[in-house]
Amino acid sequence: MLSCNIKGVTNGFPLRIEAEKVVEKQVDFNADFLKNMFPKIEWKALVAAAKSMGYTDLPDQAESSMIDSEEFLKKFHHALLQLHLEEGALICPETGRRFPVNKGIPNMLLHEDEV
Amino acid sequence: MKLKQLESLLGGLQQFPNPKMELEQYPTGPHIASRMLYTAENSFGDVSGKVVADFGCGCGTLGLAAALLDAEHVIGLDIDSQSLEIASLNAEDLELDIDLVQCDIRNLGWRGQTVNTVVMNPPFGTRKKGADMDFLFVALKIASQAVYSLHKTTTRDHVKRIASRDFSASSAEVLCELRFDVPQLYKFHKKREVDIAVDLWRFVPQRNH
Repeated sequence: MLSCNIKGVTNGFPLRIEAEKVVEKQVDFNADFLKNMFPKIEWKALVAAAKSMGYTDLPDQAESSMIDSEEFLKKFHHALLQLHLEEGALICPETGRRFPVNKGIPNMLLHEDEV
Repeated sequence: MKLKQLESLLGGLQQFPNPKMELEQYPTGPHIASRMLYTAENSFGDVSGKVVADFGCGCGTLGLAAALLDAEHVIGLDIDSQSLEIASLNAEDLELDIDLVQCDIRNLGWRGQTVNTVVMNPPFGTRKKGADMDFLFVALKIASQAVYSLHKTTTRDHVKRIASRDFSASSAEVLCELRFDVPQLYKFHKKREVDIAVDLWRFVPQRNH
């Protein structure tokens, strides 16, 4: 959900992911939560992000009828909550500016001239 | 989880070893943090099963309190990497999962309505003027459901006016007044401990924003 907010950038979302180290976490599956989140997620961005982290099982397109399928929800769950970028970078799609990620924490601080 | 248990767990967290004055860093004590989140959950249902963001999370107290009260997903944001490291350790100690982001809240680019609730103990604006309202502005933009925040009681009218008129909050309510002890953290503090009267606010963002 993070986007690039450098002065002048009109389309700083989605940030591309440069994955150096990806960790898979164990998160309890909560179907209601997932069904609730589904309409709030920009699906294409999620698919691209998941692919960058090595997960290619998400369907390229998704529509709300799919949330009735547990199989689909499990994949959604995995991509949304269990894939974790530990080391790498987030990259502004417009300027190429790299926001490094270390120990799972992205550094989104802007330089003075970017504000 | 009982309030006392929550308070006790939060009391065991590590805090700032060398608080940075210019960022107004001081811990949100377990007494206030536990009550804040307990109220948010028990009176308003704003925590359990929700996505909660802690703005200016520092060592993670509020965010972790939310996780302990079964928030589905917690995100902590802070400008200071040292604090975030401590927050990370605290999360590990409690075996909780929390996503952390280092950023300046004023430059945060956030897309979508995925955050339900924002909890925060923002800087009061004594070092950087207006910091408290900067935080509130962003919180009301990002939260879809509610914002819980602490502001000095002396600023009550100002906060109400700005939140309602300028930030289009659909509601701005003081839930209670608390006394915040700010222990003598900084050398320029003359007294050993200072009691500040602080309001716990609940704001509801503009509908369909």
